Amino acid sequence: MKRASMILATSIGSWLRATRLLSAALTVLGLAVTAMPAQALFERYEPEVVVSDPYIELRTGPGRGYPIFYVAGQGDQVTMLKRRTDWYKIRGPRGKEGWVHVDQIRHTLNLDGEPIDFGELGLGDFGKRRWEMGVNGGEFGGAASITGYLGFVMTPNITLQVEGTQILGNFSDGLMASANILMYPFPRKRLSPYFMIGTGIIRTQPHSRIVEAEDRSDEIAHAGVGANFYLTDRFILRMEYKRHTVFTSRDDNEEVNQWKAGFSVFF
Amino acid sequence: MESRLQRIFLAACTSVLLLTMGNVNAAVDPDQLELEPLLVREPERRQVEVDDLDDENLEIGVFGGLMSVEDFGTNSVVGVRAAYHITEDFFVEAAYGQTTLGQTSFERLSGGAQLLTSEQRDMSYYNISLGWNLFPGESFLGRRWAYKGGLYVIGGVGSTDFGGDNRFTINAGMGYRLIATDWLAFHVDVRDHFFKSDLLGEEEQLHNIEFSGGVTLFF
Repeated sequence: MKRASMILATSIGSWLRATRLLSAALTVLGLAVTAMPAQALFERYEPEVVVSDPYIELRTGPGRGYPIFYVAGQGDQVTMLKRRTDWYKIRGPRGKEGWVHVDQIRHTLNLDGEPIDFGELGLGDFGKRRWEMGVNGGEFGGAASITGYLGFVMTPNITLQVEGTQILGNFSDGLMASANILMYPFPRKRLSPYFMIGTGIIRTQPHSRIVEAEDRSDEIAHAGVGANFYLTDRFILRMEYKRHTVFTSRDDNEEVNQWKAGFSVFF
Repeated sequence: MESRLQRIFLAACTSVLLLTMGNVNAAVDPDQLELEPLLVREPERRQVEVDDLDDENLEIGVFGGLMSVEDFGTNSVVGVRAAYHITEDFFVEAAYGQTTLGQTSFERLSGGAQLLTSEQRDMSYYNISLGWNLFPGESFLGRRWAYKGGLYVIGGVGSTDFGGDNRFTINAGMGYRLIATDWLAFHVDVRDHFFKSDLLGEEEQLHNIEFSGGVTLFF
């Protein structure tokens, strides 16, 4: 009987693990599907263009380490197939397929002889972003913290943001969820400082070795300053300092300082 | 009753209409048929939208292998990972893995003492890392085959659920990515996950080496 129940418990345990893994995989897959343009799911967009540089070099792979195996000349008509980072896969004359760096086809023309906009992002796009998301790591009152956030740029000066933080200390773990409002006085600068205020909930869970301690949830409020620094393409470097007030159920409120830095992307 | 009458009436009307239309068509002079409006051929749209090209910067896959957890033996590990290629040199990767903790020497030698419950023996981790493609290029297998690929060094931060508690974890390691086709790659990865723990008395830095192989798809 005991054996049977043990087997049952083990199988339920492994089933639970499998479902957890599966749900993680599905989440990742879901993200991938939403990241793809809907068009790519149904038909491939493969425009034809005309080489305008004296020649372009086709490599076997999307990187400078891969050998050049073919050269297409000025005036050749080529088909653009796909891109990876700064490399474009093209089908050249005689059906040769290879990868070309954007630097070599930046001046490529369409079939009407007009230049193509390669849509490379710059500082202007950073100022006009709508969404940003990122991950940063740092210190929360002496413990390590890892934060993920999603922000919606309401106006160039105001961003609404939700964030989740995992706090990993020597004696306890914590999870913190908060909503913030950010104010950017100079939204179009490469280095763009901001002020923020927000509120949320923190759940603290003491480590299993600490006796006579309970899980607890407290409300928090915080104010902070930080800065975004536009790196390149759609990437931002972000640094932030926040001061949290934890409204504990004890007599005194706790004050906690948090420092963090990380990377973000914008859309 | 009323609706049925309406239906009959409508059916009658439709058939009369169809019949008359048929008559009208029959009555049309064949010469006039050629005067149908010509198809206006709009000039083909040639604008090239680079943003609409298939963009393959995302690499998603699964991995499995062995993970040695300090004091707790070596066990199988499975996980999922997703990487985004920022440039040809750098990528960011998020990973989640699961393994189980074996018995410490103390537990085995003492006869029956258990340090952890069976639930606490399930170990899982997540991390976010930055990878650097180190020696990209072609590798040769025999005379006939050349494969694209390269080494990468990777490191990052995350959290490990170890013995029921979450620990801030740093991971660092190296891997080899063999790109079989444009959309398929194979990985071999060696990674050290290290964190501090006081599970066995004094707080110490635990180094946990993971050796895994994986398959990823580019999207």
